[in-house]
Amino acid sequence: MRFTLAFAALRRHPMRSALAIFGLAIAAALLIDMVMLSTGMRASFRSLLTSRGYELRVTPRGTLPFDTEATVGGAASLVASLRAHPDIAQVSASLGTTVQVQRRDLASSAFALGTDPAVQGEYSVLTGRAPSSDIGVQEVVANSALLTTIAASVGDTLTISTGRSAQLRMSGDETRAVLVGEARFLYVPPGLPALSAPLRAVQELLGEAGRDRMSLAMASVRADTGRNPDNSARTEAVRQWIEDTHSRVTAISTETAIVQVEERLAYFRQLAFILGALSLVIGILLVTTLVSLSVNERLGELAVLRAIGVARVGVLQQIMLEGLMLGAAGITIGLGLGLVTARWLNTILRDFPGLPADLDFFVWSPEAAWKALALLLIASTLAGAWPAWRASQLRVAQALREESIG
Amino acid sequence: MSMTNSGAPRMLLEASNVHRHYRTGATDVHALRGVSLTVHEGEFVAIVGASGSGKSTLLHLLGAVDSPDSGRVLFEGQDISALSDADATRLRLRRVGLVFQRFYLMPTLSAIENVELPMAEAGVKRPERIIRARDLLSFVGLGARGDHRPTQLSGGEQQRVAVARALANRPALLLADEPTGELDAATGAALIALLQRLNADGLTCVLVTHDAALARSARRVVTMRDGHIISDEAVRSDGDGHTLDGDTLDGDTLDGDTAPRVTPA
Repeated sequence: MRFTLAFAALRRHPMRSALAIFGLAIAAALLIDMVMLSTGMRASFRSLLTSRGYELRVTPRGTLPFDTEATVGGAASLVASLRAHPDIAQVSASLGTTVQVQRRDLASSAFALGTDPAVQGEYSVLTGRAPSSDIGVQEVVANSALLTTIAASVGDTLTISTGRSAQLRMSGDETRAVLVGEARFLYVPPGLPALSAPLRAVQELLGEAGRDRMSLAMASVRADTGRNPDNSARTEAVRQWIEDTHSRVTAISTETAIVQVEERLAYFRQLAFILGALSLVIGILLVTTLVSLSVNERLGELAVLRAIGVARVGVLQQIMLEGLMLGAAGITIGLGLGLVTARWLNTILRDFPGLPADLDFFVWSPEAAWKALALLLIASTLAGAWPAWRASQLRVAQALREESIG
Repeated sequence: MSMTNSGAPRMLLEASNVHRHYRTGATDVHALRGVSLTVHEGEFVAIVGASGSGKSTLLHLLGAVDSPDSGRVLFEGQDISALSDADATRLRLRRVGLVFQRFYLMPTLSAIENVELPMAEAGVKRPERIIRARDLLSFVGLGARGDHRPTQLSGGEQQRVAVARALANRPALLLADEPTGELDAATGAALIALLQRLNADGLTCVLVTHDAALARSARRVVTMRDGHIISDEAVRSDGDGHTLDGDTLDGDTLDGDTAPRVTPA
């Protein structure tokens, strides 16, 4: 019966209730978007860095991965040294550079990544296959941006040059390779044309500048076979060993990289927290205003309810139920609205230049989202508490007297 | 109706030297100034008087809607003057039926839901509530209109729904405050007949009215002025109409600033 009465009270002014629900839906959508933003970038970055299982990144001393065009020499011996360490399971070295790619009369500059196709952690093959690691077989994979720009498809032969030959009139910096697959590059912005070939091929393409050099090596640490599932101590020990043994490089653990990124994203989290809190306050104010208005309009009716035997707690419950119902309706609509706007905003933000293809700003995190929505639902129920308490404290005889005069 | 050992009806209500004042804006209103009144089971009492004479305030005290500043009110032998809000609410729910001048039905509920409301509050299960609500609506002549909302009913029909609601928990006492105040003469007469029928079935009725016809239909008329009871007389039924022991009610209304128009028989 309380539900019927509460529902009926909201239905009495359908347009007003609908507007309040819409307002709450916007507040809920904003809240859910802010929760998705505050947790999403962290989650997305963590997922990006940990997706291939490499816990350590080794770069030229003082640089972050592909932060600059710096490379380090002696790549082969460095990789061999890392592979020889008993706690290192796998090493993937890579070298990045800019190349010119030509197919018939269409050409484009592209980011070329030389890496070992067998162990690489830089891209996923979407169609076709990864290039062969065999020396002498010239094969590449490319992303859709490059394929579109030069109208290439799997099976085509591409001419790849460092671009220096035309400018410096040098020869020998050009090679031909067969496109064997389309790939999605994890750390390359989706709009940037990119290709990947075996490390040796890219080194040779660069001539002297690339001889035995690399930009980055990624290493995975053997899992602790003991009882301790936390591999961080072993990872840190290996990291320290790399820096102690190889003075020309910096080793950074994925966990440290994540912490550094999180520090950089603190601004986003604060912004999201403030906007989320604001949306919560807006939701509370909306419900309080609407329920107060509704209570003031029907003081006589509430006095009669009390007079015919409805207990104070009954009136309290009924009015709070109105707040709860407003909140539930607003949140239900807001959930859908929030997901749609998050997807739309994510698309816009992902088009920012220089961001990795696999980085998302808004990530659906069920636990965080449900907590936020539950908080809004509780808040909207409690928002009805003040008007509900006032209604329950109504002096019945006085209200009836004033009603009969009015 | 239960009787005492002597065979006389048992006392249901007893107000003793009751005072009540309240403030309306800046005005201090002394609504009741030492009122004493007893009502026995099965009685049909009309409280009449001019506006501001204190009759509605007295009705509220008798129904535990309000409590006196001093004096006491006994209901079925229990002092209800100083009941807690919860106890007073429970008493109103289970033992008192209230009917108001403006009906005060819940506008968004159907007639049957309005009648169900006090039963739901009293914890009556829904199937039983529906049966009883339908029976009550049939009793007041609205068996076919249970699904209508108050706005789809005439004033007289709404007041009959209000009576059915007041009867929902089988109260011992029906209190009505100007129940015909918003009804035309014919509809008012039908409502009076309904109240008489209820009283004939043993329900104690106390009502406040300006309506002379309604007052005449009671078996006892209590007249108030300025917070005092100035007369308390039984009504005799004779061939020509209802006559007070001392006086006959004259005219259609008992309104005005002076005492009700009561003329010698």
